[in-house]
Amino acid sequence: MHEPTTNFLFPNDIHIMWSLMIALYPYITGLVAGAFIVSSLYHVFGRTELKPVSRLAMVASLSFLAVATLPLLVHLGHPERALNIMVTPHFTSAMSAFGMIYGLYLILVVVEIWLIYRTEIIETAARSTGFKRWLFSVLALGVYDTSTPAREVDHRVVTALAAIGIPMACILHGYVGFMFGSVKANAFWSTPLMPIIFLFSAVTSGIAMILVLYVIVTKVGGRRIAGDCVQSLAQWLWLFATITVTLELLEIVMLSYEQNEEWLIVEPLITDKIAFSFIGIQMIFGSLIPFILLAIVVLMRRYLTDTLRHVISFVAASILLIQVFAMRWNVVIGGQIFSKSGVGFRENYTPELGGREGVVVALVIFVAPFVMMAVFNRFLSLSPPAEDEQPGGGV
Amino acid sequence: MSKQKPDAGMKRRDFLKTATQGAAGMALVMIWGDLSLVSASTVTVATSGREGYAYDPTKHRFIYLIDVAKCIGCGSCVRACERENQVPRHFFRTWIERYQISRTGRTWIDSPDGARNGFEPTVLGADITKAFFVPKLCNHCTNTPCVQLCPVGASFISPDGVVLVDEKRCIGCSYCVQACPYGSRFIHPDTHTASKCTLCYHRVTKGLDTACVQNCPTEARKLGDVKVLGDEVAEIIATKEVHVLKPELHTEPNCYYSGLSREVR
Repeated sequence: MHEPTTNFLFPNDIHIMWSLMIALYPYITGLVAGAFIVSSLYHVFGRTELKPVSRLAMVASLSFLAVATLPLLVHLGHPERALNIMVTPHFTSAMSAFGMIYGLYLILVVVEIWLIYRTEIIETAARSTGFKRWLFSVLALGVYDTSTPAREVDHRVVTALAAIGIPMACILHGYVGFMFGSVKANAFWSTPLMPIIFLFSAVTSGIAMILVLYVIVTKVGGRRIAGDCVQSLAQWLWLFATITVTLELLEIVMLSYEQNEEWLIVEPLITDKIAFSFIGIQMIFGSLIPFILLAIVVLMRRYLTDTLRHVISFVAASILLIQVFAMRWNVVIGGQIFSKSGVGFRENYTPELGGREGVVVALVIFVAPFVMMAVFNRFLSLSPPAEDEQPGGGV
Repeated sequence: MSKQKPDAGMKRRDFLKTATQGAAGMALVMIWGDLSLVSASTVTVATSGREGYAYDPTKHRFIYLIDVAKCIGCGSCVRACERENQVPRHFFRTWIERYQISRTGRTWIDSPDGARNGFEPTVLGADITKAFFVPKLCNHCTNTPCVQLCPVGASFISPDGVVLVDEKRCIGCSYCVQACPYGSRFIHPDTHTASKCTLCYHRVTKGLDTACVQNCPTEARKLGDVKVLGDEVAEIIATKEVHVLKPELHTEPNCYYSGLSREVR
């Protein structure tokens, strides 16, 4: 007998605990991990066509990493105690790993970027005067060796760091997915697929952001877009977006096919309560349309002009950025719309505009990394040096 | 009566060894006292409860039993808990749910304001064949996800089996609220930390009953102690048919139910 049960919420389940900020947090860390993977495609896997975005990707990764903790801090009931996670971690908690993973990854990214820019830092220090000279001398950390052997060492270390960084980026974001996937109390979150879905969607969002950023930065800078680079990004994007959406669908199909108790609440959730953001935005607008657009770019390359391919790739990547945010939103908010009674839904959650966890603060946090990148670009170029590299150089 | 002499023969080396061990031990105690969740194994509390009652948490292991058939849904327990623990309005450390089930299996569940003021009679216009009240509270699980995933160890299980929150340590991340399958936790609107049923720890450590147990007019709620020989509740759990909520999640609740119907969420 599967007669319906009236809408019933546990009395404490009326409140949404994790807000817009907690949807923003995995979005930002996803961009961090994804951008790093793009950079590593060049540094480790020798995808030389991605050289024009290799620096941009690294700096983007660092910029987003710099603000990754802000949504959490804003959300915490006691942000002044946030460091307790690192000082007195409780090791059975997945969340307690945050400090270590975040810290190590931050160090790795900073060191890699420093090595990538080391030669330019020294050269800038040498040809500048006054404050700029002082600043770049400090950044050089007292090492002024730009000889070919030294640059070869830099290159090797960068390659090694980029290689180590791949599993670290995967852990950084896989652990975010793990935090949701391991909550057995939640029918929508609790699946081993969750970290994997987060990981692949992170790479998707990273590639999409770098493609969008590259096109904008190049156009604004009045330079020529490297067709091979955009084409390659579009291909990788197509691959990762396809895997991501397949996994996202698999999760739902599995739940539906197994016909477990979870499906009794997940079905009305995705077909009614979050139907617009899940079916409409995440699946149709966010997945199906870019899939078709990128398929056109990848499969019909020779029939399209460069400009058209760039435009289509740019549009598809922009939509995928929305798709990934929709996925974060649907997981975080969708997973809280229903009560743990399993037979009741809350009012739909609408984020406030102002306030500590409101839309304005979220936008400020999200825009900050782009400002950081622009500032960075004032001092050190986000584009690789124009001249072809010497042996060991041009990292 | 012989007075013990000071150890005049203690050698310098022995003294240094003892002193070093003592200092190291003291340092360990200091670190442990700061980092451990419950630093002292024996807590003697002020005896405003039972006269001369000295409390040793290692000698107790609390359990809780609810007899569903006895609950009349009056809400006395909810009000008593609210008063005893200054529970903020619209949040609940305990509440009562009403189940009404028709012959075809259609189920109506409600808990208006946590049943703080009991229930109004309802006429559902259906052939109701089964109706009952289910009091709920923190299940004080032995294998509890809320303690497992607290990133700073603010949620902990005391030696006597009570799941507690150190509100001076809690960072208010709400992860435990998400993880509790029973909806027992909430973020306190004033302290911004996780809050929940403490099993009236301030009372039970003085040998008193919890406020909800004491105020239940039908003895539907009972507090027990498995470490006390001949404990009535422990005896029922050991010998009679009892159930726990959501057993499939394997949280090992210490809150048991007699006469629990399968419809209960």
